[in-house]
Amino acid sequence: MRFRTFGKFRKFTATLAAVLVAAGLAACSSGPSGGDPMTITYWASNQGPTVQRDKEILTPELEAFTRQTGIKVNLEVIDWQHLLDRITTATTSGDGPDVVNIGNTWSASLQATGAFVDFDDATLAKVGGGDKFLATSMSSTGAAGITPTSVPIYGLSYGLFYNKKAFEAAGITSPPASWSDFLAAAKKLTDPAAGTYGISLAGASYTEGAHFAFILGKQHGGSFFDASGRPTFATPQNVAAIEQYIALLGTEKVAVPSSAEHARTADAVADFTSGKAAMMIAQTNTTAAIAAGGMAEGDYGVAPMPINDPLPAGGERVNSHVAGINIAAFKDKNTDGALKLIEFLTSPAEQVKLNQEFGSLPVTKDAAADPAFQGAKTKIFLEELATTSAPMPMVPNESQFETTVGSAVKEMLAQIAGGKPVTQAEVQAALAGAQQKLGGTG
Amino acid sequence: MVTPVGTRPAVPAVPRTGRRRGWSPSRRVLPYLLIGPALLFELLVHVIPMLTGVSISFLQLNQFYLRRWLQAPFAGLANYRIAFDLQSEIGLDLLRSVGITLAYSAVVVSVSWLFGIFGATLLQSSVRGRSLLRTFFLIPYALPVFTAVIVWKFMLDHDSGLVNHVLAGTGLGDGNTFWLLGDNAFISMALIGIWRLWPFALLTLMAGLQSIPTEVYEAAEVDGANRWQQFTGLTLPMLRPVNQVLVLVLFLWTFNDFNVPFTLFAGSTPASADLVSVHVYQSSFITWNFGLGSAMSVTLLVFLLVVTSLYIAVTSRRARNA
Amino acid sequence: MHESRTFRTIRFIGLAGLMVFTVTPLYVIVSTAVKPLGDVQNVFHWIPSTITFQAFVDVWSTVPLARYFVNSLIVATCSSVFSVALAVLAAYAISRYTFRGRELFRMAVLSTQMFPGILFLLPLYLIYVNIGQLTGLKLNGNLSGLIITYLTLTLPFSIWMLVGYFNSIPRDLDEAGLVDGASPTRVLWSIVLPAARPGIVAVGIYAFMTSWSEALFASVLTDSASKTLAVGFAEFTTQIAVYWNQIMAASVVVSVPIVAGFLLMQRYLVQGLTAGAVK
Repeated sequence: MRFRTFGKFRKFTATLAAVLVAAGLAACSSGPSGGDPMTITYWASNQGPTVQRDKEILTPELEAFTRQTGIKVNLEVIDWQHLLDRITTATTSGDGPDVVNIGNTWSASLQATGAFVDFDDATLAKVGGGDKFLATSMSSTGAAGITPTSVPIYGLSYGLFYNKKAFEAAGITSPPASWSDFLAAAKKLTDPAAGTYGISLAGASYTEGAHFAFILGKQHGGSFFDASGRPTFATPQNVAAIEQYIALLGTEKVAVPSSAEHARTADAVADFTSGKAAMMIAQTNTTAAIAAGGMAEGDYGVAPMPINDPLPAGGERVNSHVAGINIAAFKDKNTDGALKLIEFLTSPAEQVKLNQEFGSLPVTKDAAADPAFQGAKTKIFLEELATTSAPMPMVPNESQFETTVGSAVKEMLAQIAGGKPVTQAEVQAALAGAQQKLGGTG
Repeated sequence: MVTPVGTRPAVPAVPRTGRRRGWSPSRRVLPYLLIGPALLFELLVHVIPMLTGVSISFLQLNQFYLRRWLQAPFAGLANYRIAFDLQSEIGLDLLRSVGITLAYSAVVVSVSWLFGIFGATLLQSSVRGRSLLRTFFLIPYALPVFTAVIVWKFMLDHDSGLVNHVLAGTGLGDGNTFWLLGDNAFISMALIGIWRLWPFALLTLMAGLQSIPTEVYEAAEVDGANRWQQFTGLTLPMLRPVNQVLVLVLFLWTFNDFNVPFTLFAGSTPASADLVSVHVYQSSFITWNFGLGSAMSVTLLVFLLVVTSLYIAVTSRRARNA
Repeated sequence: MHESRTFRTIRFIGLAGLMVFTVTPLYVIVSTAVKPLGDVQNVFHWIPSTITFQAFVDVWSTVPLARYFVNSLIVATCSSVFSVALAVLAAYAISRYTFRGRELFRMAVLSTQMFPGILFLLPLYLIYVNIGQLTGLKLNGNLSGLIITYLTLTLPFSIWMLVGYFNSIPRDLDEAGLVDGASPTRVLWSIVLPAARPGIVAVGIYAFMTSWSEALFASVLTDSASKTLAVGFAEFTTQIAVYWNQIMAASVVVSVPIVAGFLLMQRYLVQGLTAGAVK
């Protein structure tokens, strides 16, 4: 009798364990992938207005790929907030997709992990050869002198968006080309009493802060890393670049004050479409957001981002970083299938179709020549991407650069918004601090 | 009736005499069988990963070794040295972050407790609509964290938020305050923490109050004690065991809070709201320095263990002496 | 007790203040959810210009909310049920038996409550992947790993609360049962459990709510098919647009069941939460 109750108890725990496992298995909704040469997994980044919309855009294309090659693609679109974490865990555990999209500024950092297939000449040949890509886009695929581990898929660049009616009302006939003209125009368009301003920024976005520090730094002849990859943040040139950027909100007072709180481009777009801000400097695919905000295509114009004129000594004519998305293949997976998919997605037809849908720029020469991208606005972005853009520092700790310098810029804008001006010495100190944070992470 | 947790001795309920022999082995094994499943999952999910985390803190695990993390070079105490180096920004930042976290915990726990005891005392009297009020008060605690945080984010927005709108409308402020930037970010985060957690304090303290027999109050009233005297002389001492548990739980929840700052600032946390959990997340997942991140976490864990043990030791001694 | 005028005034002001503090955000959630998007973007309005339920329609297509909802429901239900079951067994052992390692187990369990999630997030993920590779039982990218994680995350507090609760149940009850010849499991099942119902319900609610809200582990352990609400919510804000009215509508949708459940069970909660500490 004792043994029976004892047995009953054991049965109870055993049942519990069984139920647990069964529930786990029942809940297991996605079957394991890998091993099957005719199936690959693709992690796409969020390019359209919603993750859902991205799925709708990509699914028919991937079906076409399956018809062509017989390879089935499991698609997962991952929002930007989670993409890097997912790549990190996939890299560490080896349990990842076959193909993945990455922000192209992460290229060198992720290259250093050794998780991705090297795109040497032989591999490049399998996706159509390195020559098919725009040279600038290709420059943002990994550290100089090391075999790249990703290729471009979507291109982006910064441009100046301006409200045509506001320009007309202020008597501005042509979009500003130089930074001083731009400031003059912004001042004319700013009327705090009426609640209108020259420009709106995504001031609380650290990536945005890092981009402008970099772009304007180039114009000032500055560099955030020396040739051997060591950080050189607190140079006078970089200080001048950041001062120039934060002055929009600070000394010049031409930016929407709440810019300092805008964590996303979408917030700046809302200012732009509502007429609160007459200009914004944003990336190519912002056109989709503007349309979503209810502004007609004809009501705004696009011009290249203004450049300092004359350029400070040693400055370069750079008004965008080589922005965009790259695509990579994880090692030890179905590399053949992965490369086929990459070739397919970077083929002229898909480049035209996808970049049109997502409002981004083609990254291959063929597609760039397509009539679909010869519109006045697109042309300006393409031109910039192809000629006056420079890749973000292609060093393994690029992501640290973005977080530390970008956060410093963000904090300075917040300080200005709080009513406390930022001095040159403070900019200098913030950059020196940012560099120290990088120091210990080698 | 009121004794602190765990002071009741848990001697075996049944004397061994008079039992049949078959009992003794199962009696010895049974408790292990009972804790077995819990132990198994604790080992799998908590203990082994934690020990792995501790060992990672001795490795130079950065992006170069992510893929072969088992081969990451042994770093000894280097990560700890970096984390503790107060000459560099990394060490200073961590120290600042710990300070901010302690301040956040202190503010949220104390204000939540104050609101809770205030509300519980007021609701104890027979006020009309009492259960309706209680129901409303409890909703913020029941809301999923992400919805609670996101509505506050919406309300604290500079341009379109309710808070600035009300401040400007009532003339209490200029309506031009950036609640989510600079030092204000800390205030906002603490406000949200309080909004979410004070109902828990309320609930616990109401239960505590209910367990105090009314006769004690009646006796005190006969002695001529006024409301405040009753509160300080009777209610508070009687609530001590509840308070000890409540404060500890709230402290642990707030000190390790990740969801509030992470949802509120979405990866763009202002310096003033840089809680340790977010700080470690930044150094682990954003900059891929898992060795350093783990060293920071371990330091944090040791700190928490020490603080908690001290707290338990002190409070239980006080309870014994009382 | 006599209530003085001052006391009544203080009480009125105090309760009104707490009420405004509590209810305003709740009102904002509900009112924003029924506003058209245009109402939400600029200056704050207390009253919607028109009332529309469009956002409640749109939320389901903007984000696959229904799937996330079901996922959250499965995860929270399974993990809270198992967490309670395991906690009951362990707490019963701690409360009623002396055995070697009892204090160690109790303290160890309590101290896991202090582990910063961020410390063992990556190791846990690696362990799950390795288990998957060794046994074929995949624990990442689906709900099972999440269930196991949450049930364990909530175990320490649950055990702790239940030990307190069991200690408050007179031992004479189960001793009588044992003397009558019932087995320990029988005693647990038919004597202790019914008496501990409030404590068990309280623990269940705690476990359910924790699982419902958790986002850190879910963000790396799930994929797009197994995402839970806490993670899926991020999809309402993309780089291109922030759909505030839909966010609030979705907030209503995901909060109503849990808030309703919580409020229905609050009676038990009050008893269950403090029994251990008070009695």
